[in-house]
Amino acid sequence: MSLTLRVLLLSTVAALVASCGKKPAEPTAPAATEAAKPALDTDEEKVLNVYNWSDYVDPTVIPDFEKETGIKVNYDVFDSNEVLETKLLSGNTGYDVVVPSASFMERQIKAGVFMVLDQSKIPNLKDADPDITQRVALHDPGNEHSVNYMWGTSGVGYNVAKIKEAMPDAPVDSWSMFYDPAVVSKFKDCGVTLLDAPSEVVGTVLIYLGRDANSEKAEDLKAAEDVLMKIRPYIRYVNSSKYIDDLANGEICLALGWSGDVLQARDRANEAAKGIEIKYNIPKEGAIAFFDNFAIPKDAKHVKNAYLFINYMMRPDVAAKNSNYVNYASNNSAALPMIDDSVKNDVSIYPTAEVKGKIVPDLAESPEFTRQLTRSWTRFKTGK
Amino acid sequence: MARPSIPKPTARLLSGRLGPWWELFYRFGPPRWTTYMRHNWAGKRLVIAVPYLWLLLFFLGPFIIVFKISFSEVRLAMPPYAPLWQWVTEKAIDVHLNLGNYLFLLTDDLYVSSYLYSLKVAAISTVFCLLIAYPMAYAMARSSPATRNIYLMLIILPFWTSFLLRVYAWIGLLKNNGVINNVLLALGVIDEPITMMQTDFAVFIGIVYSYLPFMILPLYSNLEKHDFTLLEAAADLGAGPVTSFLRVTLPLSVPGIIAGSLLVFIPAVGEYVIPSLLGSSDQLMIGRVLSDEFFANRDWPVASAVAIAMLLLLMVPIMLFQHFQSRELAGAK
Repeated sequence: MSLTLRVLLLSTVAALVASCGKKPAEPTAPAATEAAKPALDTDEEKVLNVYNWSDYVDPTVIPDFEKETGIKVNYDVFDSNEVLETKLLSGNTGYDVVVPSASFMERQIKAGVFMVLDQSKIPNLKDADPDITQRVALHDPGNEHSVNYMWGTSGVGYNVAKIKEAMPDAPVDSWSMFYDPAVVSKFKDCGVTLLDAPSEVVGTVLIYLGRDANSEKAEDLKAAEDVLMKIRPYIRYVNSSKYIDDLANGEICLALGWSGDVLQARDRANEAAKGIEIKYNIPKEGAIAFFDNFAIPKDAKHVKNAYLFINYMMRPDVAAKNSNYVNYASNNSAALPMIDDSVKNDVSIYPTAEVKGKIVPDLAESPEFTRQLTRSWTRFKTGK
Repeated sequence: MARPSIPKPTARLLSGRLGPWWELFYRFGPPRWTTYMRHNWAGKRLVIAVPYLWLLLFFLGPFIIVFKISFSEVRLAMPPYAPLWQWVTEKAIDVHLNLGNYLFLLTDDLYVSSYLYSLKVAAISTVFCLLIAYPMAYAMARSSPATRNIYLMLIILPFWTSFLLRVYAWIGLLKNNGVINNVLLALGVIDEPITMMQTDFAVFIGIVYSYLPFMILPLYSNLEKHDFTLLEAAADLGAGPVTSFLRVTLPLSVPGIIAGSLLVFIPAVGEYVIPSLLGSSDQLMIGRVLSDEFFANRDWPVASAVAIAMLLLLMVPIMLFQHFQSRELAGAK
């Protein structure tokens, strides 16, 4: 007993001596090997706490960043904006970088959650796509608080064979797939689902009706609710994540889903090789886009590391790697040549200029309208 | 047998015999703690202090926070509600109590109807649990001690897996191309898969399955203590198996039935996970409404008011039960 203790003590002493002896040499070591690189401006504590969407980064990117900078990344994931928002509004999350979607971020900025970014610390911003930057500025005036990571749309995800069987001439590139009772009723038996995202879905109904997707007028909400009520009997469920699996294994045949998620379902179906073919279309009437952005909470403890991380994620080769992996469009123009053809030539990921012109943002609602919207949404979901 | 008749709980409540309102407080405590204290005034205080401290920290603490937020107003800030009081000067304090959140619950039938629906789902699930659990508990109680332990193990074993995983397993069983439908299709019993997911049926299956052990265990611990010579006596007096069950076993097992039913009913009312994973979106249980208030409307004060209202409404059956039970115990002595 006492012997082992002594051995233990000795070894710790030895370790201490060793580490003491090493210390003075340390600053010179990296300078010698990476003389060309400027010294990284990191925080004292080489730790970074990141909170991102699940399945939203290439698995090699985080280890590479750790290797390159020596910063240990604690990478946590969430699967809904609401969860992130609740944590942010309670304060003291402990996170240094978070990735909210623009319509949520807009409100969080107003609530004073995020710090104003020092753009000089993110040199790779020079490659940011000006069009996307401008679109995000509608949510974050002057792009002061955020850097866009990726963006996508919500549209029509469908099982090619099953839709063809139920309706050979189905308008798969139109919102009438969901909002025309005569069309959607044909798919009732093979399964239709909607996202549980009131403002986005109501926005798409308004696009279908030819109205302003971000309208807060009572008559527009009423009109959208009428459409939704008529199709309620044909909707199997309303959920924002279940449809990925269900679409992939043929449990449902038509989903109003987010582009990347539907494409993920497509990839899973291909891996399973059961002959299920999934496709995603941006409807011709126009669609709603979402933008997921990096932001730094005001109470972040590792701000310098956070800047390094955001800058790293904005590096063209890293951005391309991520886009290839998650099937979402990157905000990085310089990354485009390195993005796989299957991704960058897919018009459902990188839409044509014409379609892009019809894509509108989902702006944050006023608190009063949020309540009316949620109530209307509840009436729709319960069918009463 | 002449027993003093006990008036119905509701009658006692109406006549005010439930006692003054402050009885509410010590009714929350472990049963008969007053008796405890009288008999063990000095020594066991410390022992009692531990659970009380636990309740104080992890029940009363959060409760007070939620209670406080329920009187606040929503605003766009961190945290997303207005403070209840502010120091205007060094000695003056400005207190804002907003009762509007509670009144709001009455303006929209959403809250009342979803609460009633939750009660209905919980009640039906409790009845099914009872019908399934009673024979199981009875069989366990009548089996030999060695097999009894095996049965007990089997009841407790599912708890070793995560509750969430077990609910997900039901999705795999119930879905259109899930295990049940595939087997039935292969056997030629059905031609088209039966839609079982996203129905009330799936919700009841989920709740009954998940809460069954909470019904079996109290019933078993009650039935196990029964003196089975009573049944022999009943048979000697000419009672058939049905009569002796209805007049001997069933009345004696009432405390077990009540304890098990409450253990199932109360958590089932607030159930959120099972209906959202297995159920359809057209039936709203109060747990779902609460999460919508919190996450979709971002209205923490109204969400807190819903939570408090739910708690108060659940307290009524708990209090009635406690009162009923203490009378029963007093009558038995």
